[in-house]
Amino acid sequence: MTTRIERHHYDVVVIGAGGAGLRAAIEARLAGKKTAIISKSLFGKAHTVMAEGGAAAAMGNVNSRDNWMVHYRDTMRGGKFLNNFRMAELHAKEAPSRIWELETYGALFDRTKDGKISQRNFGGHEYPRLAHVGDRTGLELIRTLQQKIVSLQQEDKAATGSYDSRIRVFAETTITELLLDGDKVAGAFGYYRETGEFVLFEAPAVVLATGGVGRSYKVTSNSWEYTGDGHALALRAGATLINMEFLQFHPTGMVWPPSVKGILVTESVRGDGGVLKNSTGKRFMFEYVPDVFRKQYAETEEEADRWYTDPDNNRRPPELLPRDEVARAINNEVKEGRGSPSGGVFLDVSTRLPAEEIKKRLPSMHHQFKELAGVDITREPMEVGPTCHYVMGGVEVDPDTAAASGTVQGLFAAGEVSGGMHGSNRLGGNSLSDLLVFGKRAGEHASSYTDVLATRPRVSQADLDAAVATALAPLERNDGENPYTLQQDLQAVMGDLVGIIRRKGELEESLVRLAELRERVSKVSAAGGRRYNPGWHLALDLRNMLVVSECTAKAALEREESRGGHTREDFPAMRPEWRQVNLVCSLDGDKVRLEHKPLPRMRPELIKLFDRAELAKYLTDEELAEYDALAEEAAK
Amino acid sequence: MGAKRRFKIWRGDQAGGDLKDYDVEVNDGEVVLDVIHRLQATQTPDLACRWNCKAGKCGSCSMEINGTPRLGCMTRMSTFAEDETVTVTPLRAFPVVRDLVTDVSFNYDKARQTPAFAPPADLAPGEYRMQQVDVERSQEFRKCIECFLCQNTCHVVRDHEENKKAFAGPRYFIRAAELDMHPLDAQEDRKEFAQASMGMGYCNITKCCTEVCPEHIKITDNAIIPMKERVVDRRYDPLVWLGRKIFRRDQLDGAGQVPATALVGARTEGSEVAQHHGLNWHREIPQPQAAPVDETGRLPISEITADRPGGPSPFGDDQTFPLPPEGLNYAHPSGTEQG
Repeated sequence: MTTRIERHHYDVVVIGAGGAGLRAAIEARLAGKKTAIISKSLFGKAHTVMAEGGAAAAMGNVNSRDNWMVHYRDTMRGGKFLNNFRMAELHAKEAPSRIWELETYGALFDRTKDGKISQRNFGGHEYPRLAHVGDRTGLELIRTLQQKIVSLQQEDKAATGSYDSRIRVFAETTITELLLDGDKVAGAFGYYRETGEFVLFEAPAVVLATGGVGRSYKVTSNSWEYTGDGHALALRAGATLINMEFLQFHPTGMVWPPSVKGILVTESVRGDGGVLKNSTGKRFMFEYVPDVFRKQYAETEEEADRWYTDPDNNRRPPELLPRDEVARAINNEVKEGRGSPSGGVFLDVSTRLPAEEIKKRLPSMHHQFKELAGVDITREPMEVGPTCHYVMGGVEVDPDTAAASGTVQGLFAAGEVSGGMHGSNRLGGNSLSDLLVFGKRAGEHASSYTDVLATRPRVSQADLDAAVATALAPLERNDGENPYTLQQDLQAVMGDLVGIIRRKGELEESLVRLAELRERVSKVSAAGGRRYNPGWHLALDLRNMLVVSECTAKAALEREESRGGHTREDFPAMRPEWRQVNLVCSLDGDKVRLEHKPLPRMRPELIKLFDRAELAKYLTDEELAEYDALAEEAAK
Repeated sequence: MGAKRRFKIWRGDQAGGDLKDYDVEVNDGEVVLDVIHRLQATQTPDLACRWNCKAGKCGSCSMEINGTPRLGCMTRMSTFAEDETVTVTPLRAFPVVRDLVTDVSFNYDKARQTPAFAPPADLAPGEYRMQQVDVERSQEFRKCIECFLCQNTCHVVRDHEENKKAFAGPRYFIRAAELDMHPLDAQEDRKEFAQASMGMGYCNITKCCTEVCPEHIKITDNAIIPMKERVVDRRYDPLVWLGRKIFRRDQLDGAGQVPATALVGARTEGSEVAQHHGLNWHREIPQPQAAPVDETGRLPISEITADRPGGPSPFGDDQTFPLPPEGLNYAHPSGTEQG
């Protein structure tokens, strides 16, 4: 093979330059490791910028009753108790420190009157908890981390004469394959998007922070980068994925004009007073409060409206139910013919807040609707509908170290690409704090993993040659299909057959159709050369999207219940026996293998944070009996 | 189904390129980026174009549409007349990589040269207290999505490649202003640095950057002008003036002063060019330096009040003689071309 391959040696390679990736890289660099950050886009453009509402952390700045235990409870509740309890615990405990730390990097959050970080209400959070900057919190987060990395590079420049000596960003670079030495990670292979030249990073530890899988759906709030690269890389390296059936459809995406269909309308619109109405003008969410949430949500519009000013004595409006509930409700309203002209429902903030207040609290929403839809949200309602937003599932990791499970060693995952933290449904605001908490942990433990490694794993030439051949294949084929057509077909299969509401027959059909697509994708061809060729890039991404979609479809077919981000029309209820099960995907040759794995059991002191009546809705009878025994013991 | 519209899109790379004509379907409510995606999907899969969020939040799809720097995702097709040809070209101020993609590394280099936030030494994480009114000024600048449209449109660099070394551009002036206005930033000399090392003096406030900013940040009014004003303030502040008179130079706040590295670097490289090609008429012109006048606008009358023996120089305090050769409009007749 005569292909030129640029080689780099690093201690820790972080794939993905969103919040989790940058936080991991900062930690690895602070631990003294030579660190590379691989970004599919330019530095600072990651999908994290799209996060609007805020970062959930129980700092108790606005309501001093808030603490990590309340946050933990909310997170478990939101995830319908399918969360990995240890991750939810670490997350709730460490989130405040991670937010405060950002201020030392230069972040400027909105403030309370006494000068602390302000916190806002959000769906599923009992107290105002989201540290925010207007409705552009994600941008603040990414910019802060980006600037922290620049500041570390400035220190390195002062010490060594080169900005890049200890931490370097490889912008517009895509990793197509992880290379192993036995079971140990030895490197990552990819290409520079700009030139099409190949590059090999030899490194004993790799942190995956590649985000989600939303591009497999047509209506999505996700950017083109969300092709499930990290999920697929992990699978191919021998790691396992869990909870892949759980996809969060954000209840409020734009529905008109068609070209922006799916773009996010932040939940803060509802947190700040926005209400959902159907075509008859009715606030329909009151009819969709499920039993498990009945106690926490208002029953009348009057009570709901009072909550905005007096949250201690009133219950929350049902518009602020967890995202899965709201998405299903909207879906149902539209299906029963009470939707808006463009197939959504109305989200109205114009009659709820003065125009100036709207512009101040929701500047980017105001801007977005004005520029993209010609709608002035201070005067008229928005039209919104569900959009594919977040994948709860992902790489199965050790909660404390973020190390990937399965056979592989030296692989870590943090942020959306990892699974378990959010259970079956993520609460808004928990992803920004998730990526800080576990980004840090991944960077830290990737670094200490390299410390104890006796010998540096080596990349084998044969693996490298195979990776090169796979990457070049679409360019060398002339008679294959156009990658864009294939992506559209994949999106059609996933959107139509593995969407919000799922049925057995359709899921079975989706697996047949995905198998056909797999054939076609293996013969995809890309016209043009290697220099910045988006067709070629997509052709390579398709392979990842396909295998991840298969995991989702298979797991969705297997889980015979409805829970969080997984709704089966044929099994509409939650079933306690399924709560004890994680569905784990791994790769067997090129086939997806699905296994049941018991969920880790909550520690006694954690389970005692919940009252029995609530647990009764989720747990099996045996588990409840154990809980009772615990309670009895404590009473003695 | 939408109507067919005529597009002219620049295709090519560093070696050169041309506007190519495309007829493409456009539907109701679409933006220019949608049309480019349709072209990729149906006619020319290798058309290179950056994009990410498609909602005006990431600042990736910067391009020039009918000559105006804009975000492709925020330019609605309905803003053009039905029969108007839409011309899309790459950002002009940066080198082309391919088609609509340009090499924007200039901006990332400038980002690295801008000193980072300096956390206050006496506050632990969690102890930061700031008032909303105080953070709001900096927050305006932190809205920046780094689309680099301001950098692209700024005439200081748009057609003057040679100014790029000494000029950081509007994006980094607002970064400097943001840190300058940060209630807890521990570094004191942001404005001086902007003037001395970021080339803020080149800006003559034409507000082109403000005009193209998709986030509607008032770059000129709220960042550049206040920074310039305060640089002047300091220079002519009577107290500072008095301090200059009564303290020795090493007692002044020189420790916080940052050397004009960017400018120095620029000059050295400029001198190389001059040596190779005789006189370089496009060389860096040193920025004018103000004479050390007092508040009446005059030079100190006597040596006693001046800060140096022999009286002050009318050419400015920081000018040294003999002038560095690359600062002169003179080519020695012996010529360096032969040698």
